[in-house]
Amino acid sequence: MIQFVVRRAFLALLVLLTVLTISFALTRLSGDVAISMAGPAASQEDVETIRKAYGLDRPLPVQFVSWVADAASGNLGRSYLYHAPVAELIAARLPITLTLGLTGLVIALLTAIPLGITAAMNEGSLLDRAIMMVAVIGQAMPSFWLGLTLAIWVGLKLQLLPISGVETWDGYVLPGIVLAFSAIPALMRLTRSGMVDALASDYIRTARAKGLSRASIVLRHALRNAAMPVVAVAAVQLGFMLGGSIVIEAVFSLNGVGYLAWESIAKNDFPVVQSVVLFLATIYIVLTLLADLLNALLDPRLRIS
Amino acid sequence: MTVRRAFALAGMGIVGVTVLLALFAPWITPHDPFAQNLEARMVPPFWLDGSSPQHLFGTDQLGRDYLSRLIYGARISMIIGVLVTVCSGVIGTSLGVAGGFFGGRVDAVVMFIITCRLAIPLILVALTVVSFVGSSFAVVVLTLGLLLWERFAVVARITTMQVCRLDYIAAARATGCSRTHILLREVLPNIAQHLIVVATLEVALAILLEAALSFLGLGVPSPLPSWGLMISEAKDYMYFSPWLIMIPGTALFVLVLGINLLGDGLQDWLGATRDA
Repeated sequence: MIQFVVRRAFLALLVLLTVLTISFALTRLSGDVAISMAGPAASQEDVETIRKAYGLDRPLPVQFVSWVADAASGNLGRSYLYHAPVAELIAARLPITLTLGLTGLVIALLTAIPLGITAAMNEGSLLDRAIMMVAVIGQAMPSFWLGLTLAIWVGLKLQLLPISGVETWDGYVLPGIVLAFSAIPALMRLTRSGMVDALASDYIRTARAKGLSRASIVLRHALRNAAMPVVAVAAVQLGFMLGGSIVIEAVFSLNGVGYLAWESIAKNDFPVVQSVVLFLATIYIVLTLLADLLNALLDPRLRIS
Repeated sequence: MTVRRAFALAGMGIVGVTVLLALFAPWITPHDPFAQNLEARMVPPFWLDGSSPQHLFGTDQLGRDYLSRLIYGARISMIIGVLVTVCSGVIGTSLGVAGGFFGGRVDAVVMFIITCRLAIPLILVALTVVSFVGSSFAVVVLTLGLLLWERFAVVARITTMQVCRLDYIAAARATGCSRTHILLREVLPNIAQHLIVVATLEVALAILLEAALSFLGLGVPSPLPSWGLMISEAKDYMYFSPWLIMIPGTALFVLVLGINLLGDGLQDWLGATRDA
């Protein structure tokens, strides 16, 4: 087990280093950053000043090494636009994105698990097909359009929920629902297939033979086994949701990390852009690592390979 | 099984109609999709009061015929979907087949590349690339094509591994066939049915992502009638004229749904022929 953990952690570190390189390279795609920062009206001297001030006159490899060294010590650089440390900017907006992601995940789990169980218990029936249709629809739904549609009908016409900002808790409901839609299909399919397998297994037949109640069989015996992969995938889905929340934050004007990134991309504020890419990737890497370890803990067969 | 077949046929119908609309757009659109008419702005569609028989789906905030833009938008969605899938299909299949066929170190490297790709926040990186390189049709296609290959790689890798354990591969090896021959003539045709199913899903995903990028202002540039861009441009008027975003949004949803249903149908159908 220790060997497994060490190997997985080492791999995660390698992935992180690669992402670090990619996020650095990404922001140099525009060519000369100093020129785009200085703006169209700037003179050659202005550009030179900016280049010096931000250390952009150094060779690329030197810039890269200093960015990696700084990032490793938690210093993500300063934003050109806000004139503040990037780490502070992200930290200030993280609660919004994190709350949104967790709200989305809770809504997704509360929808996907009961529906998946119901579908599995009625395998092959019309109800099963109808529930699986929800997954197909969820997969085809453009999230930004669903967001705007809900804002019009639920927010404006019915006046049920706020459509922008998160001054009160209910501001998270609509964006949370939209974000949940992206995770529901995968979680529901997984719950269903896990439950179908579990319900067909020998220990469920034994439980039936013992005369246990239907509720006890489904919830205490079958679900316990079907839930493990769902928990692992839920962690990975949370990573995807945090990365994808940029669209939803833009639709509902939530001032989270995604909104910060969108703004910075439009304004060429590349220290922020590369840090957010790195930050979201790190969250994803940590979540998948945890999911892997959890799986290995629950299923010893996985530790061998 | 009849329900599934009905869904698959519906999907085929939706995709078929969209392809025809996209192909014959110049001949069937009633108006020029770029022609502005500031005297006839935001004319409502035919089911609302004040509609005009000239503009079945109304006009947008610049007086452009919405139906014509919608039909040309189908063209953009389909072209992007197909080009991105071809690009990502080549990358993903090459990686996956190499990993599955050679195993060992090659496979470890392929797995590592797939893991790295999954760790990268997709939309954020696509937005960054499009913004920093400059938004154009080709940049959007290339960016998405270079990012969306991971499902191809995962499926190609697993299925290649399964195929390589079968007797006919051993037989081909024993008769002295070259590696290239085995890869191109034995492995690839036998994993093709899985890749076709992945391809349909990727077309749908690429169309959704292009719309999301265009919606955020970093997809295909204006005035091209991309459905995502149409929604983005109509956003400011949506509370007064909801149909401005409902029409392109519904088109997007129905097309992606149709492609996914077709993909599910293909999966059943190709799976069945494999067993026979």
